[in-house]
Amino acid sequence: MALEKNLAPGDSEEKVRRQTAVYVYEAPLRLWHWVTVLSVLVLGVTGFLIGRPLPSVPGEAIDNYLMGYIRFAHFSAGYVVTIAFIGRIYWAFVGNHHARELFILPVHRKRWWSELWHEIRWYLFLAKTPKKYIGHNPLGQLAMFCFFVVGMTFMIFTGFALYSEGAGVGSWQDQVFGWVIPLFGQSQDVHTWHRLGMWFLVIFIMTHIYVAVREDIMSRQSLISTMVGGWRMFKDDRPD
Amino acid sequence: MSNNVETFYQVMRRQGITRRSFMKYCSLTAAALGLGPSFAPQIAHAMETKQRTPVIWLHGLECTCCSESFIRSAHPLVKDVVLSMISMDYNDLLMASAGHQAEAALETSMENHKGNYILAVEGNPPLNEDGMFCISGGKPFIEKLKKAAEGAKAIIAWGSCASWGCVQAARPNPTQAVPIHKVITDKPIIKVPGCPPIAEVMTGVITYMLTFDRLPELDRQGRPKMFYSQRIHDKCYRRPHFDAGQFVESWDDENARKGYCLYKVGCKGPTTYNACSTVRWNEGISFPIQAGHGCIGCSEDGFWDQGSFYDRLTSINQFGIEENADTVGMTAAGVVGAGIAAHAAVSAIKQTTQRKKTEEEQNS
Repeated sequence: MALEKNLAPGDSEEKVRRQTAVYVYEAPLRLWHWVTVLSVLVLGVTGFLIGRPLPSVPGEAIDNYLMGYIRFAHFSAGYVVTIAFIGRIYWAFVGNHHARELFILPVHRKRWWSELWHEIRWYLFLAKTPKKYIGHNPLGQLAMFCFFVVGMTFMIFTGFALYSEGAGVGSWQDQVFGWVIPLFGQSQDVHTWHRLGMWFLVIFIMTHIYVAVREDIMSRQSLISTMVGGWRMFKDDRPD
Repeated sequence: MSNNVETFYQVMRRQGITRRSFMKYCSLTAAALGLGPSFAPQIAHAMETKQRTPVIWLHGLECTCCSESFIRSAHPLVKDVVLSMISMDYNDLLMASAGHQAEAALETSMENHKGNYILAVEGNPPLNEDGMFCISGGKPFIEKLKKAAEGAKAIIAWGSCASWGCVQAARPNPTQAVPIHKVITDKPIIKVPGCPPIAEVMTGVITYMLTFDRLPELDRQGRPKMFYSQRIHDKCYRRPHFDAGQFVESWDDENARKGYCLYKVGCKGPTTYNACSTVRWNEGISFPIQAGHGCIGCSEDGFWDQGSFYDRLTSINQFGIEENADTVGMTAAGVVGAGIAAHAAVSAIKQTTQRKKTEEEQNS
């Protein structure tokens, strides 16, 4: 961020791209990323086990609380991921301009569309060299919005709607999210959609990790280390 | 049928019920409605001063299981409801008259009590072929329903048919049967779903409406909160086994004999709003889960189209062949995984060839 801010207003983006390191992801954003990673991991595993429980435990019911603990972990992680997501939205307002990339697609910019096309060609092995990007490349940005932002919002709404059933009529969860259930039909429909949403996110995670590793190796900038340290490193000095 | 203005109390006294029995009845009703003892005098006062409310009970496309359930109510006894609390002016199942005589009774009641009667609807109207799939009294049921609804004070939708559509509205719904709120949009409708609803829930709803002269508090979907605000699962006596992680794995296994939770064999208790696990059936004797079978979710919207009664993750009809969320998700994840693997392989080859090329260029 600091380096970018040093630029004069007339300087082109190419000049920025010539620099070898740019501070992109600020600390709160990186923290949000890794908190979300952990929570989603917990949510995925426990959610899978709520739909398909483990084999029955022996002994008296009074001595066991396995399903209770699994559900507790699921609900807790759900709260963590939701609060983190709200914090992330807040950070889009107060953080640097890269923090807004997830939520606002610059569809009005011609350049974004041409770079999106270039990225698609790069992934179809039609373009020989990738371009350099400080933030997300347009294809990545589009995927993050369609899969992560939409997917996560869907899971938060359906998840809290299901949680409101246990919290009871009149609870704040019911007042805020209860309308979701009749929207889908009935509770069982929301359960099914929430399950499909889990698989949607599983597919997102698979792609996300693959693309991050691939870009880290094949693109002209750092990816994985950037989400740890915040700095985007470029591998060459060519501006484009 | 008659136009007289007897109060509930007068009717009961006429039938030889003593004041003492009457007071007892009021206390019992208060208890059945989940009200405190202080409400008993209030109920007594209401019954002493209020006229019996005329009720018109129509049968559309249905199986009459709601009526079968209703006549088995124990608290209050259905005879008290039908003979003392309400003036059942028309009910083609329970009334003595039939044919033209019965239809005349309906006409008279609708005329004399216009704007004051409660319309209870069991079953629903089919809309296809101008409603010809359900003829009642020589006319399509839809016409009878609309006419009766015009002068009604409030409407009770008995059972899942009137509330949601139930079996006749299940896919592909050839008769285009619809729940009554799709055709009556200008009156308050109380949904009392279930296939059938619990008898005590039915009489409880009527008693509440007569006693307090208002509709019971309804939830977002129009069901009385006092009976439909919790799921079967929330009050199930097998719930401790669910929390412990103890399930019936297959029918007739050791766990089934021990009475473990029926979640894994498809019990719909966790997604079904009804009072079965508290009020139970047949004077509180039992309910499906207590009898060893999972709940089938009969009081929920479109329960016939929710796939098997015996699966936890139910199938999704939109995919043509019946698949549940996990098969759909795992297939999609497998396809994407294979795509990623193929893409990674091509990427690796490209990376190596390009590196070789650059090395050659540098060497030359």
